[in-house]
Amino acid sequence: MVRIYIDQKPYDVKPGKNLLETCLTLGLDLPYFCWHPAMGSVGACRQCAVKVFKDENDKAGRLVMACMEGVRDNMYLSVNDTVAHDFRSQNIEWLMSNHPHDCAVCDEGGSCHLQDMTVMTGHAYRRFRFPKRTYQNQYLGPFLHHEMNRCIQCYRCVRFYKDYAGGKDLDVFAAHNHVYFGREKDGVLENEFSGNLAEVCPTGVFTDKTLREHYTRKWDMTMAPSVCQHCSLGCNIIAGERYGALRQITNRFNGAVNGYFICDRGRYGYEFVNDPDRVRQPVIHAEKEGRNLFESLSGILTEGKLIGIGSPRASLEANFALRRLVGEENFYQGIPENEAELLRKILAIQHSGHVHTPSLKETEYADVTLVLGEDPTNSAPRLALALRQAVRTKPLEDIAGSNIPLWNDAAIREMIQDEKGELFMAYPVNTKLDEIASGALHAAPEDIARFGFAIAHFIDGHAPVPEGMEPQTLESARRVADLLEKAERPLIVSGTTLFNGDIIQAAYQIGQALEKGERKAALCFVLPECNSAGLALMQAPSLAMAMKAAETGKFATAVVLENDLYRRAERSEVDRFFSTFENCIVLDHLENDTARRATVLIPTATFAEGEGTLVNNEERAQRFFQVFMPKNEHIRESWRWLDEFRQFRDGSRPDELRELDNLLEELVSAMPQFKGAEMAAPLSDFRINGQRIPREPHRFSGRTAMLANVAVSEPKPPEDTDSPLSFTMEGYRGLPPAPLTPFYWSPGWNSGQSMHKYQSEAGGSLRGGDPGVRLSGDGVHFSNGLQGTIPSAFKRQDNEMALVPLPHIFGSDELSVRSSSVEGRSPRAYIALSSLDAERLHAAEGSILQMRIGGQVFDLPVTLKNELPEGLAGLPYNLPSMSGITWPAKGVLTNTAL
Amino acid sequence: MISLLRSIGLIFLHMFRKRETIQYPEEKVVLHPRWRGRIVLTRDPDGGERCVGCYLCAAACPVDCISLQATEDEHGRRYPAFFRINFSRCIFCGYCEEACPTYAIQLTPDFEMGEYNRQNLVYEKEDLLIDSQGKYPGYNYYKVAGLSAGVKGKGEGANEEPPVDIRSLIP
Ligand code: SF4
Ligand code: SF4
Ligand code: SF4
Ligand code: SF4
Ligand code: FES
Repeated sequence: MVRIYIDQKPYDVKPGKNLLETCLTLGLDLPYFCWHPAMGSVGACRQCAVKVFKDENDKAGRLVMACMEGVRDNMYLSVNDTVAHDFRSQNIEWLMSNHPHDCAVCDEGGSCHLQDMTVMTGHAYRRFRFPKRTYQNQYLGPFLHHEMNRCIQCYRCVRFYKDYAGGKDLDVFAAHNHVYFGREKDGVLENEFSGNLAEVCPTGVFTDKTLREHYTRKWDMTMAPSVCQHCSLGCNIIAGERYGALRQITNRFNGAVNGYFICDRGRYGYEFVNDPDRVRQPVIHAEKEGRNLFESLSGILTEGKLIGIGSPRASLEANFALRRLVGEENFYQGIPENEAELLRKILAIQHSGHVHTPSLKETEYADVTLVLGEDPTNSAPRLALALRQAVRTKPLEDIAGSNIPLWNDAAIREMIQDEKGELFMAYPVNTKLDEIASGALHAAPEDIARFGFAIAHFIDGHAPVPEGMEPQTLESARRVADLLEKAERPLIVSGTTLFNGDIIQAAYQIGQALEKGERKAALCFVLPECNSAGLALMQAPSLAMAMKAAETGKFATAVVLENDLYRRAERSEVDRFFSTFENCIVLDHLENDTARRATVLIPTATFAEGEGTLVNNEERAQRFFQVFMPKNEHIRESWRWLDEFRQFRDGSRPDELRELDNLLEELVSAMPQFKGAEMAAPLSDFRINGQRIPREPHRFSGRTAMLANVAVSEPKPPEDTDSPLSFTMEGYRGLPPAPLTPFYWSPGWNSGQSMHKYQSEAGGSLRGGDPGVRLSGDGVHFSNGLQGTIPSAFKRQDNEMALVPLPHIFGSDELSVRSSSVEGRSPRAYIALSSLDAERLHAAEGSILQMRIGGQVFDLPVTLKNELPEGLAGLPYNLPSMSGITWPAKGVLTNTAL
Repeated sequence: MISLLRSIGLIFLHMFRKRETIQYPEEKVVLHPRWRGRIVLTRDPDGGERCVGCYLCAAACPVDCISLQATEDEHGRRYPAFFRINFSRCIFCGYCEEACPTYAIQLTPDFEMGEYNRQNLVYEKEDLLIDSQGKYPGYNYYKVAGLSAGVKGKGEGANEEPPVDIRSLIP
């Protein structure tokens, strides 16, 4: 701690920080633009001026940029000094001299950092009367709108896009007062994190294009803290609603998980909630006409045995409610057997005690990273951004001794030049991370696993060595082993993407080999879906087991929870499965093939319309909250429906049925491995000063008019029985607990930049700790998940192609691909081949080949990927037109044109 | 007793004063242009809808009786898809007019809005939009704003330079 004096008041502050961070941490309002807590300072905007004095007797002082000056013990400075204050207001006047008269039609308005800072400095009237500079805008794709006139040249966009996220197609052009931030020419912004520009840019140059389609000001949205549903990392998000439609997703800070940034799948994938194809009414396909829902349900549910099929995209509560309805022994995970097997293995590893399971934030600090059989950019996008930071920040260790502070971004980048941390990629095809990797291996999954086993062998001589490996590959294995062994914080990333247990086993062996006393290697596993870990922790058998059990004919009714089984197994198998039941109850929010098979189809809430808990890949239980009450009372959380169904089984009366809290409590007592999940957020009776936390900002408008077209008397606002949040603007206005923060706002700070008011220090973790509870996994017993043998090398087959699934950030996720913006970025179905294989079939790039996998036939255009080994082909994973393949797959490829 | 007689006397004298009460509705009241009555949405000099759907009036309204949804046409011009005022809540304070950056929403000297059914006091855009500029003639927001929305191109506004040629380095 060092002592500084700001405007004569003494403060004890943390050393090593700059003055701007320090002032913000102390709660002082100091305007800034170019500094960003995740990206440091460059001193470009000159907005954060303060006065620094030589000593206590110095009255003159000098102006400095607070973001470029570190704190020193016994420092005297002034924020309110007239000269500093006037400097700031004149600086903003200059920045605004070319600013257009756009606020009324600018999507940033109401959450605009430039507006906030302008008001804060007191620059209220324009004196500049000369013509304004103008720019042409560019088309940037379906995610972002560009309005370049509004730029204030803070350089945040390029610093984020190029430096932080590794984008190539956004830059600064032209010179002097004509600088231009955009692409070389019109076109889609390619980087997977481009959407963050809408939050990073302090003005309305880059704004969310999907929000534009149904534009709502921030102050008019009903918002709730939520968790992204589109991959296993569980990034924290804020979701906002107006007039019954979900309008926008923004980042919600969680220092341990996503920090300041989320990927574009998470930001733009929300529109499935507003899909016109949503299931909105219960549908009864019963023979007898005229039966209502209650009668048909009681008819179906009271008789016979039930089988329950859970889902990795449904909440813990929903899965548990189903398990309780059908009985533990009749509850199955709705995922293929091999996927369940991989998950068992991963959980066994994570609870083995030999390796460390890192949080997403921790992965940013790895000094050597090995990615074994994963393409994080496409399977867990936010992790790819974290790995980029690991590579970028590693060299900073070497300058720790110099006197350049780490926040001084331009200077440290200058100092480290092109130095990079070590990252090694092993994956069948090129990935985006290859460009920053110090080495890459492109091989078949078996060979990637063998490569991993070889690394384990080189670290620990006791580990077996794979036979017959090429000397070159052995050499790189030796090099990676060497690096990992010397590393202080080694990280191994692996996962389920390639559906290969040997790769996971190899990752574990490397982790084990690296274990040295206290030091444990970090093993980060990418899982398939948002609640894959939660479902796997329930330790239920897989869908294949369910199919086997159903063949006995002992089940009268299947209850399928939010799961399109036609995506999980081959069509014929699923058809046969359904034909074994008299009735089938499907609960889902989207129309799909499984929903069409239902005798009774029950409409359920999406993440925006209900509460629930998800367990992410590091087994962090996180609560998402209902954003809005659907107008249609049939849309309810799955767990609520399933709980109500119990009345038909055990006669529990509907008014005895449980709330979310009780359900969680029961879950924890039934399955101790979930201990802690009930503490992921405060209970529903939590109040501050007897008040709830409002989901609506205090300037929420239109309360007495928004429903007046229906009835002029305002209805009573809906009540929330499951959480301490209210659906109105009334309630506690101070800082809510971190898991309950529905939006960021502070007096004078309307934009998301107000986030520092919620943090224990500017850029640090949230007050009261970052949300989410890591599950201990007590009481889970994974028998023999930790064994495995070295597979034999991949060999090309004459009659068949081996296939690997290639996930795509836009397209492979079942829900987000229903968003038109995401769908627009999704690839069309293809088959990736090496040119050797293509030549053999007389095919070239673009020719159509026929692929037969089991009983399914696909006609696919060829994409040449020469890094693929001969005999191995890649198929896009889980595109809507290509689902239902059981991985790992093999297929017969023919050229029908011949 | 004396004060009573004095009061009666005063009342008697009032009989000879000019009458304040008028024979409404036969006789009409004279209202000044700034009298705050029924709200209208006006048009710009070129006949386009002035409202750009910025939501500022709705935010300014102390009783929250304005609700709207912004949308845009193929040129990027913003306008309200619907615009609703619940006059059974409105207190005619005029804050909405004050907040409006485009002079779109204006209060007019018309108070004859009585209804038997409260529901009829809910006015939609069709009831609000008039074919006139109202009290503030001559202003067209899209001519002074920086963005181009089919009204003027980039750099064609009154006080704008032509768009920057970003491939030139000449000062
Ligand atoms: S960027 Fe901010 S200040 Fe500029 S027009 Fe948009 S809302 Fe107004
Ligand atoms: S576009 Fe935005 S982030 Fe980029 S320099 Fe301009 S104001 Fe800053
Ligand atoms: S006059 Fe006042 S109460 Fe009526 S709509 Fe306008 S702001 Fe609201
Ligand atoms: S303030 Fe004016 S321009 Fe803005 S929404 Fe209201 S009427 Fe329309
Ligand atoms: S924030 Fe300090 S100069 Fe920009």
